[in-house]
Amino acid sequence: MEEKVFDLKILNLKKAHLGKAVLWGVLALLAAAALYPVFFLVSGSFMGKDELGDCLGAVVSGKEGYADFPLLPGFPTLSHYVEVFLDSPEFFVMFWNSIKITFGVLAGQLAVGTGAAWGFAKYEFPWKRGFFLIYMILMLLPFQVLMLSDYLILDRLALIDHLWGIILPGIFSTFPVFIMYRFFSEIPDSLLESARLDGAREWQLFLYLALPIGSSGIIAAMVLGFLEYWSLIEQPLTFLKEKSLLPLSVFLPDITSVNQSGMAFAASVVTFFPALMVFLGGQDYLEQGIMAGAVKE
Amino acid sequence: MHGTVKKFAKWQGFLWILPSFLGVMVFYLLPYADVVRRSFLGAVDNRFVGLANYRTIMENPAFLLAVKNTLRFTALCIPLLILLALACAVILYRSKYGGFIKSAFLMPMALPAVSVALVWRLLFHSQGLLNHWLSQFKASEQDWMNTSSAFWILVISYIWKNLGYDIVLWMAGLAGISENIYEAAKVDGAGEWQCFWKITLPNLKPSLYTITVLSFLNSFKVFREAYLVAGDYPHESIYMMQHLFNNWFRSFSFDKMAAAAVTESILLLGLILLLQKAWDGGNEDGRKSI
Repeated sequence: MEEKVFDLKILNLKKAHLGKAVLWGVLALLAAAALYPVFFLVSGSFMGKDELGDCLGAVVSGKEGYADFPLLPGFPTLSHYVEVFLDSPEFFVMFWNSIKITFGVLAGQLAVGTGAAWGFAKYEFPWKRGFFLIYMILMLLPFQVLMLSDYLILDRLALIDHLWGIILPGIFSTFPVFIMYRFFSEIPDSLLESARLDGAREWQLFLYLALPIGSSGIIAAMVLGFLEYWSLIEQPLTFLKEKSLLPLSVFLPDITSVNQSGMAFAASVVTFFPALMVFLGGQDYLEQGIMAGAVKE
Repeated sequence: MHGTVKKFAKWQGFLWILPSFLGVMVFYLLPYADVVRRSFLGAVDNRFVGLANYRTIMENPAFLLAVKNTLRFTALCIPLLILLALACAVILYRSKYGGFIKSAFLMPMALPAVSVALVWRLLFHSQGLLNHWLSQFKASEQDWMNTSSAFWILVISYIWKNLGYDIVLWMAGLAGISENIYEAAKVDGAGEWQCFWKITLPNLKPSLYTITVLSFLNSFKVFREAYLVAGDYPHESIYMMQHLFNNWFRSFSFDKMAAAAVTESILLLGLILLLQKAWDGGNEDGRKSI
């Protein structure tokens, strides 16, 4: 009887191991699929015109048969990058627009949002819960709901077709306030009290305690903000009609000619690169930022 | 005199919020109030028309199509994403190599939608890569983005883009469960499955509400890929609320936009409150059982 139980246990263990291996296989496959578009873009950006023509001719220029795409380029070349950086002035303009929008919004959020988050986290005032609820609700509403309101105010302030028309509403987005609030709340009150007893002013508490201790929360909000504003689509498409104001995030070159498709790949990779750097450098903060949303009131 | 000072002192903390709140007032609250007002006015002469705008959108086929698609998309995607992310998180949580795979799943978050659109166009073209791979299994060719398959491509895009985000959220929930409970259960002879059903799942319940809400919010962003791949008038299976708002915006149908924006915000708030209530209720039961 005992032997049988023992056998069963081994059988179960074996089963468990096999099950685990299968699970890991599936996970690895999924991860590879998640990364595939990145490989695809990078490898395409290094392919020469002829190779791209052979591989993608079916899609871009109406050749017979199907597109085919090797994982690595056969004859790697930098020609498309040269083209993006040297021969396309409009790409540079868009790149700068993206920089202005993203950093304008982030700098503004830093200036305005940190204070608000600190106020919500550590001070009492009448109707505080009500104010906070308004911030939460605004954070939850999608662009389409706020689109008309945005347009009405930007129109009145004559900010349509102006980069400030994208930057200003971004600065007052309530999402970073919420993220930073979460981190500031964790600073113990006793610390503030003892600093006050030592004669610290309220602004000194903010500058010398809140900012350094809550820095990971601030960085987390900035990382999430960077990824959001670097790939902004709806706002620029709605509020910017002037071509010279558009950011990179709406730059979609025509790929119906082989000449253009190489450049489209290189441009995509260049667009992706800053976001990738922020992602790799700030992944820990990114994860903390995501988690800050998960802990409930 | 003393009274006013005291009154002011009460509001001192509010000074921290003030700059931010002024901006929120100017850029969000006041214009939104204006939208609510406009939703009751006629488009041409700004006369008060009561609920006429609301009645118009309820009978508008494009509005109904967009609502139907958005609901169908949400109802399908969110449970799928949440369950898949939970499965991945549970497997990755205890393993050494979890970090690397988690990074792979998070990477799509950083990929700008324009870059995604380029890959999608080459993958899902009628002569594109997907059909090429499928042709090797003798499957028939499809024009993916111009048939009802477009809907499924959007579903997969959403899951692809948000899986990492949700895995991180679930892992945060898993990290909140004390190891002691598992050890005690193992001493009592509980197997892995039993631990999962009896310990892990009930303890993750508090995370479920926020993960659902956040996944829901992110689901609106899938419009970006849909728009870049298929333009203003995509296949009708992926005609979403944002497409409709864009088209109304271009034709200056502000009366309809206002009514639809108010309707949608009420629906969203209702849904979020409902979720919260369900969650709070569930939580109390949980507490009672302990």
